[in-house]
Amino acid sequence: MKRTITATVTNTSGVMNRITGLFARRNFNIESITVGVTENPDVSRMTFVVNVDNHRGLDQVIKQLNKQVDVLKVRDITDESIVARELALIKVVAAPQHRAEIEAVASPFRASLIDVGRESVTVQVTGDQDKVEAMIDLLKPYGIKELARTGVTAFKRSTKKTTIDHPRYSVIN
Amino acid sequence: MKMEGKMAETPTQENDAYEEVSGSSMLIKALAREKVDVIFGYPGGAILPTYDEIYKTGIRHILARHEQGAIHAAEGYARVSGKPGVCVVTSGPGATNVVTGIADAMIDSLPLVVITGQVATSVIGTDAFQEADVVGVTMPITKHNFQVREVSDLPRVIKEAFHIATTGRPGPVLIDLPKDVSVASGIFNYDEEVDLPGYHPTFVPNKLQLKKLQDAVNQAEKPVILAGAGVLHAGGAAELLEYAETQKIPVASTLLGLGAFPGQHELSLGMAGMHGTYTANMALHESDLLISIGARFDDRVTGNLKHFAPTAQIAHIDVDPAEIGKVVETQIPVVGDAREALKGLLEKSESRGDFSAWRKYLHELQTEYPLWYHKDEETIKPQRLIEDIFTATDGEAVVTTDVGQHQMWAAQYYHFNKPNRWVTSGGLGTMGFGFPSAIGAQFAEPETPVVAVIGDAGFQMTAQEMSILQELNLPVKIVLVNNASLGMVRQWQQLFYEERYSNSLFPIQPDFVKMAEAYNIKGEKVEDPSKVKEALQEALAHNGPVLLDVRVTADENVYPMIAPGKGHQEMEGIKP
Ligand SMILES: Cc1ncc(C[n+]2csc(CCOP(=O)(O)OP(=O)(O)O)c2C)c(N)n1
Repeated sequence: MKRTITATVTNTSGVMNRITGLFARRNFNIESITVGVTENPDVSRMTFVVNVDNHRGLDQVIKQLNKQVDVLKVRDITDESIVARELALIKVVAAPQHRAEIEAVASPFRASLIDVGRESVTVQVTGDQDKVEAMIDLLKPYGIKELARTGVTAFKRSTKKTTIDHPRYSVIN
Repeated sequence: MKMEGKMAETPTQENDAYEEVSGSSMLIKALAREKVDVIFGYPGGAILPTYDEIYKTGIRHILARHEQGAIHAAEGYARVSGKPGVCVVTSGPGATNVVTGIADAMIDSLPLVVITGQVATSVIGTDAFQEADVVGVTMPITKHNFQVREVSDLPRVIKEAFHIATTGRPGPVLIDLPKDVSVASGIFNYDEEVDLPGYHPTFVPNKLQLKKLQDAVNQAEKPVILAGAGVLHAGGAAELLEYAETQKIPVASTLLGLGAFPGQHELSLGMAGMHGTYTANMALHESDLLISIGARFDDRVTGNLKHFAPTAQIAHIDVDPAEIGKVVETQIPVVGDAREALKGLLEKSESRGDFSAWRKYLHELQTEYPLWYHKDEETIKPQRLIEDIFTATDGEAVVTTDVGQHQMWAAQYYHFNKPNRWVTSGGLGTMGFGFPSAIGAQFAEPETPVVAVIGDAGFQMTAQEMSILQELNLPVKIVLVNNASLGMVRQWQQLFYEERYSNSLFPIQPDFVKMAEAYNIKGEKVEDPSKVKEALQEALAHNGPVLLDVRVTADENVYPMIAPGKGHQEMEGIKP
């Protein structure tokens, strides 16, 4: 199962190395890591998307992270009301006559064309993972030349949402 | 123990605060504040400023002849004294030479503070002379590590290092000290409280969980305690004894937990695991409540997990929450210090279950299937040798071992009745550990006989440390269990590789007696079974180090045994 975990860590040198090394040596299957400084310059927030087999596996990820002296707080926020966003840059093969079409595909996703070349355009999309993946799927038929994704960063919403998200193709958030 | 040589007093802590001093001076002052009475180490370029300070202050430093010897000595010291072992080495090769010992201390939870010199901050990252990324190398094998970039951080870092090494689950902490930082000067302030917002190990366990555990005990019919080294680290042997006795629960022990419960107590089942007793393993196999206290379900203890304790509820007391549920699904987790947990259980232990049928059954197993070996009068049986060491020392010695067959025989036949008398490399299985760790153990227990039970192969990995015995007339007794082979490897090749003895039989061996004599250590070869006792007694009576080269039955195997992939119920080589 896929889980989204956030950790706040002290901003010491090598902390990223510590955490990624931990994931590698404990055989944790990790899909993405993002890291950046928080409102407190001494603290960074890391967001992991991990694949675990079962609850014990998940438990281990959280406990091993917690065990690190530099880790302040770990949370599995998958089942909580969260804001989770990823950014992707997608360079698509686009002859001039296809550009308008691509723009039309991108626009319901509030994705934008941020670079236009003779043979290609670059689309930037932001959203949760499903939305980003949907955008990529829709652009695939044109031919994706290059793809760069940041991985998910996330935290809890300040208020609980009353309705459940259905982040499928149709919903643009 | 008499130790000659110059050994000035450790500096006192008077008037050391708030002076402007060098980094290396801060280090020595901090060690004094931490009441460190001995450092094991080896000098070199990047750590020279610290060695200059060692010279000036006269803090006791033991010069090993290889850094691996220094760190294993620090481990032996830590294991026996319960205090952190301190090891100081230089950058690059000095630091990489202690990597094995750090990994060993990590997996066996020994508190160490390791200080490695480093090249100057200005050249870090340039492949400077004797530069190695020691923080990177040791990140996965330390509880925590630091590189100090500013001298002003040094007192805080040292204080944190000692705190982290010795609290919660103990472990090694490394401080990488660049040369320029050790000569820079700053204020020595060692009075700030440690403030580590990400580090708060749970000490006192949750009362509700303890109640759950006691309720389970009250309802159980076949409870068994599995005692690990966590009991020893917590200083909880007395509490374990009291709890087991009030509840009348039988106790099995892990390899590293030997001595946490008296080995010859009527409730003791002996060691569990690959070469444990049949009864201990069957107790785990048939139990309906397994209470693991400070043991981490190592694969050498559990055997094949598919067959492990199939009918038991698992209760697990551990100071490290990450150990709970790591390999075995646990129904009753208790996070906290083993001694605190036992104290908590003792408060709740009025109502008792009746386990007499269970104990009777286990007792029958013990009588029917004890540890055994073929007695023979022709050769010196290694098992018999250990029994003789037990008798000769009245079971009072500190016994260290290396890794291999002799280690298992020592575990089986030296009935550890007291805590902290057993020093062995369990998790990592580090050959070369046994002899230098005996040196550290002797520093921790100057008045207690220390016997290093060592294989003839493993001894050759760190034999150079005989220099320390010579220099200080340290009365460590080395007993070589000499089977002229890499015994444990030979055993596996015999059992699992159709007797293809690839590189496990020594075609030639050094003359160990002469080796000892080269270090001015009394050496003796023992070949005659009838001379063993006498040789041991003489060695123990001798006021100084002794090496006994005991020629044991060459092709003896360690039994009983759970073969790889097998479960506890499938032990081989039990008494017919
Ligand atoms: C550093 C290291 N290298 C290799 C091994 C693998 N190993 C385990 S036991 C053993 C043989 C040890 O022989 P010896 O020291 O003579 O002890 P014996 O088994 O004969 O009692 C070896 C090579 C190890 N544990 N550690």
